[in-house]
Amino acid sequence: MSRALAFGAVAVTAAAVIGSAGCSTNSTTSTTITVGAASSLTDVFAQIGDDFTRANPHITVRFTFAGSSSLAEQIVQGAPIDVFASAGTSSMQPLIDSQAVTDARAFASNSLQIAVPPGNPAGVTGLADLPGVTLLVCQEQVPCGGAAQRLFEKNSLSVSPASLEPDVRSVLTKIEADEADAGIVYVTDVRAAGDSVMGISIPDDQNVATLLQAAVVTDSAHRDAALAFVSFLNSPDAQARLAAAGFAAP
Amino acid sequence: MRTTRRATPLPIGILATVGVAFLAIPLLGLLLRTPWSRLPELLTSPVATEALRLSLICSLAATAIAVLVGVPLAWVLAQSRLPGTTAVRALVTLPLVLPPVVGGVALLLAFGRRGVVGQYLYDWFGVQLPFSTAGVILAEAFVAMPFLVITVEGALRSADPRYDEAAATLGAGRWTVLRRVTLPLIAPALIAGTVLAWARALGEFGATITFAGNLPGVTQTLPLAVYAALDTDRDAAIALSLVLLVASLAVLLLLRDRYLRASSS
Repeated sequence: MSRALAFGAVAVTAAAVIGSAGCSTNSTTSTTITVGAASSLTDVFAQIGDDFTRANPHITVRFTFAGSSSLAEQIVQGAPIDVFASAGTSSMQPLIDSQAVTDARAFASNSLQIAVPPGNPAGVTGLADLPGVTLLVCQEQVPCGGAAQRLFEKNSLSVSPASLEPDVRSVLTKIEADEADAGIVYVTDVRAAGDSVMGISIPDDQNVATLLQAAVVTDSAHRDAALAFVSFLNSPDAQARLAAAGFAAP
Repeated sequence: MRTTRRATPLPIGILATVGVAFLAIPLLGLLLRTPWSRLPELLTSPVATEALRLSLICSLAATAIAVLVGVPLAWVLAQSRLPGTTAVRALVTLPLVLPPVVGGVALLLAFGRRGVVGQYLYDWFGVQLPFSTAGVILAEAFVAMPFLVITVEGALRSADPRYDEAAATLGAGRWTVLRRVTLPLIAPALIAGTVLAWARALGEFGATITFAGNLPGVTQTLPLAVYAALDTDRDAAIALSLVLLVASLAVLLLLRDRYLRASSS
């Protein structure tokens, strides 16, 4: 809640700054770019945004966080977004193909983990235990769901999930409440959830990786600033923030 | 005896037109974007028919529960002179204004397998309501019942008690009075409340996805299918939305012409 309020305050302040800049005769031009980023990047991008503005004081960054596929749809419909950062390539690739975005580059990768309630009541130790427990996965349309599907296929695992949740957050909520025995989410989601869930690691040879990409929206009115932000994601500072949040290098 | 209607002042007319446009244009957008030629194919797809079937079963079952429990509750609320009645009335109408997602979380905390009540259901009977069709019905009944309760209670309170008294003086027992006098008197309100509750149950989304999850064939009702389809097949999402729109419109037309006007006059 407080984060939402903080974002609101930032947005209002930013709007006020832009408003006053527009009326004044001040010669320094400040730019505000809007970054549409996957929900899983919420915490780490807030930090990276601060770092970026510190390094580029004339550029203010606003974020809109949503599922990658929703953001892709919004960009196609002409939403005023300058940078698109997606979790997974399936939402990004169609935009690259249709030239709705340019300069796409990967900046991190993420892998999957099994989230279980604290204490692991069902005693899940690995993928092999999943067919016998109440299992939650994301629906296939969102990246975490697509990745879970690839995980099951790669390991020839036949599972019947109890529910196909709309996003990672609703998987974790039900795991935290101990309503389900296990859920498939990203490593970074488990880390961000803190003590409320436990993570059971999936060995690298069984796991699947998801690439995170950022790109400049072709219709952006602030191409240079947008490109600067996309490049900044691969800077040592941003990479350190991403690593701290549990992301791997691309 | 001037019966001529005064002309609507221009500013009011303009603002009213803006109001109509604001509410109607999104619906018009839905109709304009509807893939009419693909409609039969989209509505007969396995996902759509499963969702339709599930929505019908669950909303009807939820409405039945609402009527079974809600009418006696409305009767008690209308009769009661006890000091706590107002608080109880506020409590049972709370789901009406509560965000459905909050209702879903509350249901999870109460009837989940670690919930206040749910843990006993799970430990003693092995019953797990989340992720089951029964869970969907429970969530829908939770949000829909208040519509029935307030509609029926309002009718009971405004019904003339002299009819009941007259029947009683003529020797009718309490049960007979209820069955032969009170219920027929409030029939329009009962029907209106039932239909409203059904429409609310049919459109229920937040509490359902939070409490019962989203699995095709088990818990994925029409609104959930619309939400899921939005990411992959927008035409399918629009087609399913159209079904919900038509159902809602039918309910409103029915209520306006037959019951709402009758019961308010």
